[in-house]
This record gives sequence, structure tokens and C-alpha cells, in this order.
Amino acid sequence: MNAYEEPKTMTRVKEQPPRQEITITGFGGQGIVLAGRILGKAAVLGDHKQSTLVQSYGPEARGGACSAQVIISEGPIHYPYVRHPDILVSMSQTGFDKFIDQLKEGGTLLIDQDLVQPQSIEGDFFSIPSTRIAEELGRKMMANIIMLGFFTAITGAVSVKAARDSVVSSVPKGTEEMNSKAFNKGYDYAVALLKGREKKAKGRAGA
Amino acid sequence: MNPAVLTGEHFMTGDVACAEGALAAGCRFFGGYPITPATEIAEHISARMPEVGGTFIQMEDEIAAMASVIGGSCAGVKSMTATSGPGFSLMMENIGLAICTETPCVVANVQRAGPSTGLPTQGAQGDMLQARWGSHGHYEIIALAPSSPQETFYQTIRAFNLSETYRMPVLIMTDEMVGHLSERVVIPKAKTIKSVSRPRPKGRKDRFKPFEPGPNGVPPMAIAGEGYNIHVTGLTHDEMGYPDMTVEAQDKMMARLVGKVRRNLDDIISTEGYRLEDAEIVIVSYGVSARTSLAAVEEARDQGIKAGLLKLNTVWPFPEDQIRRLSERVKGFVTVEINLGQIHLEVERCACGKVPALLAGHPGGTIIPPDQVIETLKEGF
Repeated sequence: MNAYEEPKTMTRVKEQPPRQEITITGFGGQGIVLAGRILGKAAVLGDHKQSTLVQSYGPEARGGACSAQVIISEGPIHYPYVRHPDILVSMSQTGFDKFIDQLKEGGTLLIDQDLVQPQSIEGDFFSIPSTRIAEELGRKMMANIIMLGFFTAITGAVSVKAARDSVVSSVPKGTEEMNSKAFNKGYDYAVALLKGREKKAKGRAGA
Repeated sequence: MNPAVLTGEHFMTGDVACAEGALAAGCRFFGGYPITPATEIAEHISARMPEVGGTFIQMEDEIAAMASVIGGSCAGVKSMTATSGPGFSLMMENIGLAICTETPCVVANVQRAGPSTGLPTQGAQGDMLQARWGSHGHYEIIALAPSSPQETFYQTIRAFNLSETYRMPVLIMTDEMVGHLSERVVIPKAKTIKSVSRPRPKGRKDRFKPFEPGPNGVPPMAIAGEGYNIHVTGLTHDEMGYPDMTVEAQDKMMARLVGKVRRNLDDIISTEGYRLEDAEIVIVSYGVSARTSLAAVEEARDQGIKAGLLKLNTVWPFPEDQIRRLSERVKGFVTVEINLGQIHLEVERCACGKVPALLAGHPGGTIIPPDQVIETLKEGF
């Protein structure tokens, strides 16, 4: 703090603790940034980890390409931008096309199956008709929350309780229950999907 | 509970943290004009001001916004505005007026890429010399640069305290990246927040000299309308505040305006060092680029390059002596900033040709990746 003395020293972290980098993509109006915010908030306030959210968007309010970059880490996060995500969530074809090459080898891909055609993908991925389910629930704009439920069950990047609490405290007043239900829909869809896969794998092993 | 201080743990953006820091510091007037990427500061504080009995005004433009802030402060209320490049340009004239009239106020500039309208939604650090010299005439200014939402919260409080202590505008030179970055922000208990208010006059109201300096060179400030004789002008003035068009008056006024900063560098300048003890190359950085630099230091050390970071929390006044002293014992400097060489020029000036001073810069629109810094380190040294 002194102009004439040596500057004070910052604490030093010796080893890089585990961290996960996540990119969520879609178009403006889908609640992509809100999804990122809910996720980061869950990690920080619920799971007591470090998290950063970088939002990037163009001048348009709706329709333009948009992305949220979230880092969740046990230790401090210096550089908050995602270079090679461990997890990529795509809710639009444009977002998918733009970011798929950045996905880390062996990384996890999650898509809205009605909005993204993941051609040319060699690896495995997880898909959910999140927008369609949201429409069935009566609110198309809850697709992001359904995707978050799905994300939580598939990746485990945040705990279920932290994620659900974060959804409830982040959505407009009066819509908490509705959004909580949407989160559960996505979560349950993932659980069923994972069970199905396990069964299939077992079946194959037994054959 | 004090409604101005949201004690607890939050996940918020730098912009929101700036607004909350202002409220915690006692700011009760915000006069602004929305502009990306600073709009969220105005948006958030416009909702919060009524909860704490403060005033929010959206003015017709940034010229008027800055004028309203000076007015608010003269009326005795801690006042601020927030803007970005194009609005910052419009505020320059009245920032000069606040310097000349010694009106405490805070201006946050959430920098985006310029010149002109530039890249409205994408960040840069291109207004750093405008912050220093953007208004006409010779003056001293205080500018802070936070590199996270948490730092934005505390630096906004510090900006108010410095502006009240020295009766001058203090600039928060943040950037779009930090402004739109969400991260953990811990807001402490209200009673632990140190809040400074401008020195107040004592004694007979009819004998008050509004620009007679106090012990630290700063005159006590009367509130307009409370009965003290005051006269405020942008013309060169004497201790009564009356215009005095003499060279002697200019000499005296300027010595004080500049001196109150130059004589208090110890109090104003704040820096942090990271792995500087044995550093051979010192990275100098601030704002979001300090985060890039921290990552670069770690990466460089892994590769056997002895790099360290000097992080500038206060950018203006510039920590000249720290750079001079470092230049006696290191091999060189690399300034990391999202412009094509601004603070870099200061580092070069203070290194005085003793060691090389290089730049890892970018014209704006994106953050500088750590790789670029490593490249500069490898190519330059």
C-alpha cells in the first residue's frame, strides 16, 4: 500500500486444484446467460467452490448467438475465459458449430436434440428435447432450466441441492415452483437416460 | 440491518458490485446516462437508491450526468456516475470542473473498445491515458483499476474515500470483462466498512474562506445552502473562491491542486506483488489483464522463466518509484494491457532505458490470453 516500499505480497497457490470449464451456447432469449449464472451461483453459494461466469453476446437482445462460459474450481481462478471446455452445452446449431471444435478430447457434450444436429461427431453425447418438454410444461422459456436439471444429473459438476436452490433464488418471484418442476423434469430425464444406458451396457456385457 | 450494505456472500457481476460498493460507501446520488457495458451499474443502483433514501436521475446525456454529479456533491451528498468510452469523452469537460472546484465525486468507466463507438459490447483498456490527461490543463487525477467483482466492491468504497479525503474526482477504470464477469463477492458487516467524509468547516460562517487549505492541503467543504459564504467557479480563483486572473493566483491554486496528490502518494498508491521476490522479469498489469498476467506468471515459472507480477490497484498517480527501484534489479518489464501501449509508456519512462520495457497488448474486443504474454517473455528476453 506504500508508494515507496515494496508492494505487498499476494498469497501463492502451489498446485492447480481440480477445475471444470463449461461453455453453454444458444441464441439470445433462451436464457443462456441465466443458465450460466444459476450454475456459477450454485457452485459458489451452494457448493462453496470458486466459480466465474463470462457472458458474451452481440448487440441484439434476441436471436443473436450468445454464450456463457463458466469455470468451477476448488482453487482460485485467474484467467476466467474458457479455452477448451470440459463440458459443452448447445441449445442452437450456430452455437454448436462455433464451439464444438473447442471441446476437450473426451469432453462431455449435451444438446437440445430438436435444435442441434450433431453431424460429424465421433464421440458420445447426451441429448434431451428440452425446448419440447418446456413447451409441454406450458413455458418455452424454461428450456434452459430443464437443460440445467439434465446437466446436473449427467455431469455432477454441481450438487443437486445447490443447483435446485440456485434455480429457485434466481428466477422471477412467483415462478419458483414452476421452474423447480422444470429442473426436476430435466434431472429425471437424465436419470432415466443413464439407467437405460447402464442396462444396455450390462446386457451387452452379459451377451 | 443497514439496507445499504448487503452483508453476506453473493455471486454478482463487477457492475453490480460497483453499485453495491457505492451504496456501502454512502453514495446517495447517481446521475447517469446508460451505455453498454456500464448500463448495469445504473440499472442496479436505480432500483436500490429508493431503498436507502437516495436519488437516481437519468440525465439527457453524459455532459449533464457529470454536471448533476458535481451539483449533488456540492449539496453535500456523496455522488457518482458510471459510463463507458463515448460517455467518458463527453464527461471530460466537467471532470475538469470538478478538479478545479475541488468537488468530490466518483466516475466509473467500464471500458469498451474504441475509438468512437468502437465495439460496444466488447471490452478494452484503451482509455487509460484519457483518464490521466483527457480534460484540458495540467492536473493530477486518481484512477483505480479493479480486476474482479470483489475488488470492484472494495475499490469503489476506496474511490469514495479518496475523493472525499482529497476533494477531487476519482476514476474507477474498470473494463467490460470485469464489469460483466460474475464471481463470488463477500460484503462485510456495515460497521467494518471504513467510510470517509469530506472535511467540514468550523467557526464563523461569515468569515469562512471556502478554498483556504486545511493541514493536508485540502480545504474544508461547506454544503451549499447551509449558511457558509461560498463561491464556486471553474475560473482560477483565490481562497475566497473568487476569480483572480493573475499569474500568482494560478501558481498558488495549481501548486495546491497538484500538491495534494503528489504529497500524499503513500496514501493513494496501492499495488500488489506476486512472486516478485526473485523475479527477473516483471509483468506490470491492472484490471482484467492482471488476471491474464497471474496465469502467465504461473505458466512462465513452470517453464523456468523467473517472472513476477506488479499489479496496479491504483494506476494514477503512477507508482514511479516502484518501477524505478525494480529497474535496478530486474532484467526487464512486460506491460500487459488491452490497448496498443499506454501504461507501457509510463513503465518505459520509469525504467529509464536501464532495462527493456516491452508490451503485450491488443487493440481491444477480447481479453489477452496468457500465451501471448509467454510469447512476449520468450521473444523479448
